[in-house]
Amino acid sequence: MPSMTMIQALNSALDNLLDRDPDVLIFGEDVGYFGGVFRVTDGLQKKYGLTRCFDGPITEGGLVAAAVGMGAYGLRPVVEIQFADYIYPAIDQLISEAARLRYRSAGQFISPITVRTPYGGGIFGGQTHSQSPEGLFTHVAGLTVVVPSTPYDAKGLLIAAIEDDDPVIFLEPKRLYNGPFDGRHDAPMQPWAKHPASETPSEYYKIPLGKAATVREGRDVTVLAYGAMVHVSLAAAEQSGVDAEIIDLRTLWPVDIDAITESVARTGRCVIVHEATRTSGFGAELSALVQEHCFYHLQAPIERVTGWDTPYPHLFEWEYFPGPDRVAAALKRVMEG
Amino acid sequence: MKRRNSQPLALHIPQPLGRPGDPPDFSKLVLPAPGAARRPETDSPAAAMRDLAFDLVRVLDDKGKAVGPWAPKIDRELLVEGLRAMLLTRTYDNRMFAAQRQGKTSFNMKSRGEEAVAVAQALALHAEDMCFPTYRQQGLLLARGCPPARMMCQVYSNTGDPLKGRQMPVFYSDREYGFFSISGNVGTQFSQAVGWAMASAYKGDDRISAAWIGDGSTAEGDFHYALTLAAVYRAPVILNVVNNQWAISSFQGIANSEQTTFAARGLGYGVPSLRVDGNDFLAVYAVTAWAAQRARANLGATLIELVTYRAEGHSTSDDPSKYRPADEAKAWPLGDPVARLQAHLETLGGWSPADYDALEAEALAKIAAAGKEAEAMGVLGSGPRLSPASMFDDVYKDMPWHLIRQRQQAGV
Repeated sequence: MPSMTMIQALNSALDNLLDRDPDVLIFGEDVGYFGGVFRVTDGLQKKYGLTRCFDGPITEGGLVAAAVGMGAYGLRPVVEIQFADYIYPAIDQLISEAARLRYRSAGQFISPITVRTPYGGGIFGGQTHSQSPEGLFTHVAGLTVVVPSTPYDAKGLLIAAIEDDDPVIFLEPKRLYNGPFDGRHDAPMQPWAKHPASETPSEYYKIPLGKAATVREGRDVTVLAYGAMVHVSLAAAEQSGVDAEIIDLRTLWPVDIDAITESVARTGRCVIVHEATRTSGFGAELSALVQEHCFYHLQAPIERVTGWDTPYPHLFEWEYFPGPDRVAAALKRVMEG
Repeated sequence: MKRRNSQPLALHIPQPLGRPGDPPDFSKLVLPAPGAARRPETDSPAAAMRDLAFDLVRVLDDKGKAVGPWAPKIDRELLVEGLRAMLLTRTYDNRMFAAQRQGKTSFNMKSRGEEAVAVAQALALHAEDMCFPTYRQQGLLLARGCPPARMMCQVYSNTGDPLKGRQMPVFYSDREYGFFSISGNVGTQFSQAVGWAMASAYKGDDRISAAWIGDGSTAEGDFHYALTLAAVYRAPVILNVVNNQWAISSFQGIANSEQTTFAARGLGYGVPSLRVDGNDFLAVYAVTAWAAQRARANLGATLIELVTYRAEGHSTSDDPSKYRPADEAKAWPLGDPVARLQAHLETLGGWSPADYDALEAEALAKIAAAGKEAEAMGVLGSGPRLSPASMFDDVYKDMPWHLIRQRQQAGV
């Protein structure tokens, strides 16, 4: 089985679907001839032709609107928003239109669109190339929000997202594009090739949406994480010596509640980790769910390790980014509780 | 040395020519003679027909005669069909407005004075073409043969409502009649229509799309998105600006009509753009057919500004006497689309006031029967009601765990 980076795995997913389904088409800023600023669509226009993978103007609202119209027609468009930080002009089309179209038309029109976008920090991108806006989308009835953490998952989840008949926000942790970054920014960069989850079939396969994965089994505490924070949490477990069970949510919403409750009921403790700002972040929802579903199993208060409630600061990237030290400290705190 | 302006800067806030208590004043509306506007070939580039974005295509003269190069070659039957659909729309609107006053529904919106826009355009398009309307193009549905009872059921949110009580009244959606789900976030449909048209072109289909937007909503980003994308990808779409002079209480100047026309916006994108008398059934039909011909020939989009007048309030929640001259509607220089088409039929001969009365009676009977049929399925607040359990359906294709749980919690 070939070893792929996350970029190659995403490219392979798109390649498979362009090949299998003539109703799949890709557009976005710089995705055509050039193949995208992160190279995810590299070679696809050349292989499948101009109309299957083409450049869009710098109009995020317009790109998503066009996708909604195409979806209503019966196509399965995949839009790339170059950075998640740029998605805000498309918010009206996503929230008021794509998310609600099935509901408001009682199923006459649907929005089987996928919006791919790189998110998250760790690349010194400052406040307009580092944000984690997932909480804006998990709040919206009708949207599905997906975040992969490995090349293997990225491919299987993207295929499932594109084939899903409802709109999916597919957030790609850009710091993981080229390697499994664990938050130790001073250490040499690890390539995906050394990671077992980089083994990715060239062929079509799907990973079902709504299903989490347990990436580390443990007895002491359940860690809920996604994206780059999965790798940070793994490093923190090793560093702290706490026997943490780490759940990679993979689909944020609708979340795999069974996986969460089964684990927390067993460990009795829960730490939630995300890069996004804390207040009203997705961690708040996870914390509420754990409290509602597992209250009588909890032996300590739930901990959240998140980005601070500031805009993403360029100079203070590593003070902002929730690294293994902060997660390890939280793991130790819940064990004392 | 500090440099100073010769006079202090002054912020300009556009004002209409008349407010309540003032006489109506349409002196800024320049009316070229009917038949005077030229008709370019459909493959003319935008730059070769700039004048038409500032002109006004008119076909019917004051006596109801069709004149000039835009006079469409359409048979009498189609004209009668148009008159029938406009009367049906007007009758439907009156009935549903009254139903709101009777407490049978929470809300309604009339299209009086603008019926030619939706009806003539529906008849100029193919039945399979896709419409992305605003809330004032109910005439599209009625002209395409949608049963009025079906629309009433939506307004009443009753057990026959195709939208299952999910949308506020008049926010129709009807896939069977090529009518996209209406959004209250005005303008969003304009850019979506371009996406639909791109999809049709992508598939090598022969259907085109058409979108409508109000003069006020042209200020939304979606207007710019739509024109940009339509021009870039040469999408087979007709983009219509319904300039009915008023966006609730804001006159068209608030959306920037003092400096230019709405049609002229299209020129900046290289999209052929025309201004048409929106109360002239024949002119609207001709211009729409011209734009459709362009779209079908892979020549791309057309922007059409339909100059008309919103003869009634914005909605049942609005009172236009609070912000515009009382008799402005009567003074509207382009008249009433129903009366003008009727006058035209009279000039053709073989048409009498009795024929008109018969059409009107037919519309009244049809709407009365539809009302009876729809009201038997309930009205808002009384009669049969949909199960609240259905509230949780269609959020997603398959109901996720949290909605199943919430449905249980709701006890429905």
